[in-house]
Amino acid sequence: MPIGSVPPKYKVTIDNDLCMLCERCIENCSYGAFRREGNKILINSRACTGCHRCVAMCPRDAIDLEEKPVDYRSHPIWSREAREAIYKQAESGKIILTGMGNTLEVPPIFDRLLLDACQVTNPSIDPLREPIELRTYIGKKPRKLEIKKNAQGDIDLVTKLAPNLKCETPIMIAHMSYGAISLNAQLSLARGASEMGTFMGTGEGGLHKSLYPYQNNMIVQIASGRFGVNIDYLERGAAIEIKIGQGAKPGIGGHLPGEKVDEEVSKTRMIPLYSDAISPAPHHDIYSIEDLSQLVRSLKEATEWKKPVFVKIAAVHNVVAIAAGIARSSADAVVIDGFRGGTGSAPRVFRDHVGIPIEAAIAAVDEKLNKQGIRNEISIIASGGIRDSADVTKAIALGADSVYIGTAALVSLGCRVCGSCYRGLCPWGIATQREELTSRIDPDIMYKNVSNLINGWTLEIAELMGAAGINSIESLRGNRDRLRGYMLDENILSVLDVKTVGAGA
Amino acid sequence: MTKKTLTIDAKGKHYTPLNIEIRAAVKDGVKEIILDNINGQRFIANGLRGDDVTIIINGVPGGDLAMFMSGPTCIVHANAEHAPGNTMDSGKIFIHGTAGDAVAHSMRGGEVYVRDSIGYRGGIHMKAYKEKYPALVVGGGTRAFLGEYMAGGILLVLGRGTDTIPVDERGIGTGIHGGELFIRGEVPDHLLGIGAAKKPFTEDDREKIRPYIENYCREFDVDEPELFSDDYVHIGPSSARPFAGKYCW
Repeated sequence: MPIGSVPPKYKVTIDNDLCMLCERCIENCSYGAFRREGNKILINSRACTGCHRCVAMCPRDAIDLEEKPVDYRSHPIWSREAREAIYKQAESGKIILTGMGNTLEVPPIFDRLLLDACQVTNPSIDPLREPIELRTYIGKKPRKLEIKKNAQGDIDLVTKLAPNLKCETPIMIAHMSYGAISLNAQLSLARGASEMGTFMGTGEGGLHKSLYPYQNNMIVQIASGRFGVNIDYLERGAAIEIKIGQGAKPGIGGHLPGEKVDEEVSKTRMIPLYSDAISPAPHHDIYSIEDLSQLVRSLKEATEWKKPVFVKIAAVHNVVAIAAGIARSSADAVVIDGFRGGTGSAPRVFRDHVGIPIEAAIAAVDEKLNKQGIRNEISIIASGGIRDSADVTKAIALGADSVYIGTAALVSLGCRVCGSCYRGLCPWGIATQREELTSRIDPDIMYKNVSNLINGWTLEIAELMGAAGINSIESLRGNRDRLRGYMLDENILSVLDVKTVGAGA
Repeated sequence: MTKKTLTIDAKGKHYTPLNIEIRAAVKDGVKEIILDNINGQRFIANGLRGDDVTIIINGVPGGDLAMFMSGPTCIVHANAEHAPGNTMDSGKIFIHGTAGDAVAHSMRGGEVYVRDSIGYRGGIHMKAYKEKYPALVVGGGTRAFLGEYMAGGILLVLGRGTDTIPVDERGIGTGIHGGELFIRGEVPDHLLGIGAAKKPFTEDDREKIRPYIENYCREFDVDEPELFSDDYVHIGPSSARPFAGKYCW
C-alpha cells in the first residue's frame, strides 16, 4: 500500500536577481535537479544529493541549499534516518545501500584525546630551525643487528634486512579501486602521493597502465576477487596488500555492478565488459590463520621476497588476536581499518554498526604486540576516519606507524561527502566512470591538491611534534604519555593506556 | 651449450632455495626440470614464467603449486595438496593422482587436469577474460561447493570410478555468474547452489568439451570411449547478476 513520498532531503533555491542564466548548474548536476524553461531555471529539489557541485560552479553565488527543509516531528529515538529506512524497506524489501563512512552520532575518540606541549622545562623545538624526522619505514625491523669488521677495517652489516617502504611522511593514501573511483581520480592521487614521497593503494581493481609511471609509489592489492592480479601486477607494486576486510563493511565482500565495468575497467580488472565483479566475503583459499600465512608467503615467493606484504583487516572485537596472528605470518604490516572507514558502497547496517573505533584498535594491538615482543616484526597502518593532522598525530601516539587516508584525499579533489558514490553519477568526477563526469578532473592540475593536503598535514605534524619537544616520529610512536583523555571513561582510558586530563607525568 | 634438462634432488630442501634453482634454470634456458623427492614443498613454480618449460614433480607437492604461474607446464607424479593452480595466469598442470581443496581457485587462465578426485571448493571463482579461458578437468568426483562464484571458464567432472553421482554434496555453482560446469552422471537439483541452473547439453557442448577430454585421456593414458559418448549435466548461471536486486537506497 503506497505511503506517499518522504520529504525531500534538500531544498535548492535560485535567487533570480543574481542568476544570469549561464546554465552551469544544469550542465554540472548529473542528478538532473535543474532545467531551463524560458528565462528561468527550474529546480527539482528531490533529485538533489547535497553534493554542492552547483553551488561550487555558480559564478554568481545565486544558489542556496537548505538541508531537511521539511523535517519530521522531532523524537529522540525515532530519527529521520530510522523512519526513512523503514519506509524504504517497507516499499522494497531490500538491503539499504549507503556510501562514505559511518553516520552514527557517536563522538570520535580522537576528539576526546588531547595532545601535549612543552612549557618551561624541556623546551619545545622549532621545525624551522631544527630537523623533525618524519620519514617512516614500513616493514619488519630486525630484533638486533649483527655487524662484522671486514679486512679494510670497515664495518659490514651481517643481518639481512627485510624490504621496507620508505615514506617521507607517515600519511599514505588508502586503497580505492579503479572502478570504485575514476582513473583521473586515481591518477591525481598517485601523482600527489609520488610527489610527496609516499604511497597509495590500488584497491582491488588492477593497475591501469597509465599508472605505471607511479608504480614505485603504489601498493597493489589482492583481495578475494583476485581482479587484475597476475605476476606482472604483483611485480609492479612497491608492496602488496592482502585485503581481508574493510572497516565500512567487515565480514562481507563487494560487488562492483556491471554498469561500471566499461572498456578500460574491464581491461584493468581482466574481466568481461559489463560483467559484475563479485568479491566473495572470505578469500576461499584462506579459512584459517595458517592459510593466511600461506598466502603471505606465496606472494613473497612469487616476487622473490623483494616486496613487503601487508594484511588489511577491519577493526573487529577480536582485532588484537588476529593482528598478533598476522604478525607471525611473515607479513610486514597490518592495516587496521576502523568502523568509521569510508566506502563507495556498503549496506547501511554494516557501515554503521559493525566493527570498533580505530583508536581503541590501534592501542590494543600495539600493546599486545609489545607484550609479546613482536612489535618489531610488523608495522601498524591505521585507517578509518582520519580527518586532519591531529588525528594522524594521535593515531601515531597511540601506536600506529602510519595512516591511510581515503575520504580526506577525495575531499581534496572536491568530494563533498554527499554519500551517493554507489549511484555512479558523482558530479565531481570521482566515484563514476562516465566520461563527461570523469573529465571534470584534470590529473595534471588536481594532483597538486593531493600533494598540498599531504604537505600541509605533514607541516602540522612537525609543528605538533616540535611543540611537544619530539624531533623524530619514532619517539612519538606509541608515546601515550603525550596524550590525555578528556571526558573518556575509565574503561576506555585503560584500553587506550592513556591518563585522564589533569594527571601529571 | 646449456643442458636442456635439469634434475634437482629436492630431498630436505626448503621451497625458497628450490624455487630460486628453478628460476635460475629457466633463465639459463633449461626446458625440462625434473624435481625428485618432492615431499610437501609449497609454492613450486610460483609466479614462474616460460611458455615452453616443463616441470616434472616426483613426489607430493605442498599447497599453492603454480600459483600466479604464467606459461609453464607442471606434471605431478603423485597426489597434490590444496590449491594447485591458485590464481594461475596461464600454463598447464597435470596431477597423476588426487588433489586437495580449492583446486584452481580463482584461476584466470590455463588448464588443470586431475586424474582422480579433488576436495572442496574446486574451481571456485575461476574467471575468463578475452583469450584467457581457464579449464579444470577432474577425472573422479569432487566434494561440496564446486565452481562457486564462477565468473568464467569451464569445469569438467568426468566422474570416473565414482557411482552415478560424482558430486554428491551441496553448493554446486552457488553465485555462479559466468562460465559453465559439465558433470558426467546425475546431479540432483537440491545440490545446485543459489544462482546455478541446469542447461541443455547440446552437440555444440559435446564438441566444446571434447578437446579437454582428449587431453585428459592422452596424459593419463585412459581409453574410455564412454567419456566422449555419455551425456553430461550442463550447469551455468541462472543470471549474470546474482547479486543485483538485493539493494535499495
